[in-house]
Amino acid sequence: MTEGSRQSPIRTEREVDLVDAGVIGDVERPLTFAERVVNNEAVQRLTILVAIIVIWEIYARWLNNALLFPTFTETVKTFSKDVANGVLVDRTLTSLRTLAIGYAFGLALATLLTTFAVASSIGTRILSTLTAMFNPLPAIALLPLALIWFGLGTPSLVFVIIHSVLWAVSLNTLIGFRSVPETLRMSGRNLGLKGARYVGLILIPAAFPSILAGLKIGWAFAWRTLVAAELVFGVSSRSGGIGWYIFEARNDLDTATVFSGLLAVILIGLIVESVIFRALEARTVNLWGMQR
Amino acid sequence: MTSALLDVSGVTLQYKTPRHLVTATYRVDFSVHQGDRYVILGPSGCGKSTLLKAVGGFMAPVEGSIRIRGREIDSPGPDRMMVFQEFEQLMPWKTVYQNVLFPMKVTKKFPATKATKRAEAVIEKVGLAKFRDVYPHMLSGGMKMRVAIARAMALEPDILLMDEPFAALDALTRRTMQQELLALWDQLHFTVLFVTHSIEEAIIVGSRILVLSPHPGRVRAELNADSLDHNSIGKPEFGALSKRIHDLLFGGDQKQHASEGVV
Repeated sequence: MTEGSRQSPIRTEREVDLVDAGVIGDVERPLTFAERVVNNEAVQRLTILVAIIVIWEIYARWLNNALLFPTFTETVKTFSKDVANGVLVDRTLTSLRTLAIGYAFGLALATLLTTFAVASSIGTRILSTLTAMFNPLPAIALLPLALIWFGLGTPSLVFVIIHSVLWAVSLNTLIGFRSVPETLRMSGRNLGLKGARYVGLILIPAAFPSILAGLKIGWAFAWRTLVAAELVFGVSSRSGGIGWYIFEARNDLDTATVFSGLLAVILIGLIVESVIFRALEARTVNLWGMQR
Repeated sequence: MTSALLDVSGVTLQYKTPRHLVTATYRVDFSVHQGDRYVILGPSGCGKSTLLKAVGGFMAPVEGSIRIRGREIDSPGPDRMMVFQEFEQLMPWKTVYQNVLFPMKVTKKFPATKATKRAEAVIEKVGLAKFRDVYPHMLSGGMKMRVAIARAMALEPDILLMDEPFAALDALTRRTMQQELLALWDQLHFTVLFVTHSIEEAIIVGSRILVLSPHPGRVRAELNADSLDHNSIGKPEFGALSKRIHDLLFGGDQKQHASEGVV
């Protein structure tokens, strides 16, 4: 390597008058209708759903055994029949009522626990120890105990639902509170905010992505736990819930009705997730740019 | 000395890390008067940000006292609005307008209708009228900083505390922001306590400069720089003052180490 070979040749300087970029039209071009349809998330999800249904129908017809695997059309027929005569609606409402009570109690307790936990470092220790102990414990495993304590009925179900909601929500909320940037905390305290106002106006909105994740996980746990509890024990006193509906149908070897019960469980899960929580997300964390 | 707005006397500040007890500043005295653009200048780690936090009321001095209008500072308060170095000081769940309005709302310093008018006016003043209803995540760093300054000024605090507010900006934006701050000061003559580690920025922004020694921070000098701004860069006075500060910080004979922490 000689000295000269490392140097690039001396080049002339240049200044250029801007080329007219008008020929390419607008710098921003609105997407065509077809492009927007393909990019639309709802359309994409719907396509996936349709594909699953088609595969289901083809497989069931090929298998041709209604006891093992009823076709989609048959399931839908049973489903609409039971919706029309009110049985399925009734069972679902019973389940949802129990769920709402348990979820509400779980959230209230979680609020109490996390408020206590942010107030002092001892509170934080207590909550993290409790969540570490109870979060891995399946709610269903507590059901036999709940039956001894609260008897056969709604209170037992509410108890296991509270258990499944409480720890997931508390844990996520606490993690959320902890990850609020120090600068944001200081700018809140700078205004003289203290106590409940500080938690409500600064910590909760700032930790909202995490809290929302906790609410979603809590909801899924609760729904799962409830259906499973009803299935195993068929409790819920006089009028059974959706789990009981499935259990009864299985005893009658009425597989189409079992499928229609499962369909109801899935539908409710989808509606809560993609309508309620999605709307909440769009209005909060997505709008605020805290989550993509 | 009775007319001083902020009086810091003999302040020693210490804070604990998990392993050490750190002395950030040692017996620092200074006083800020109404309408001052008072700059605290020092190398990184000289405790200047800690000093500002103490004035903000976020930590108490172990020795000495900090008084504002004769009253001892014991907790954070809206009479001393802070503008931080980081961009995440804005509330991401509020629009530009709501962010500016929020402090006036929670402190109830102004009646509701007056507060909304003030918010509109101050957003206009920092040139963000078009971005009034935009959420912070859609703004550039410089714009976020302008919102933070607007928010602090709308509240009309006794003193504005700025902790290296332009340090995280690119050089071009920083220069613009310094000019805007000076232009705003020309209009409103607010009092500002400004922390920086840049000698150039200190001379441009400040009317009076407190030079702190490396850690623990002790007062090295207090200088006047009122007449110097962007237009004086390159003039002999500017160079002379810059060199003087440089020598104060690092001593004339150790120029090799001079660049450490100070630009």
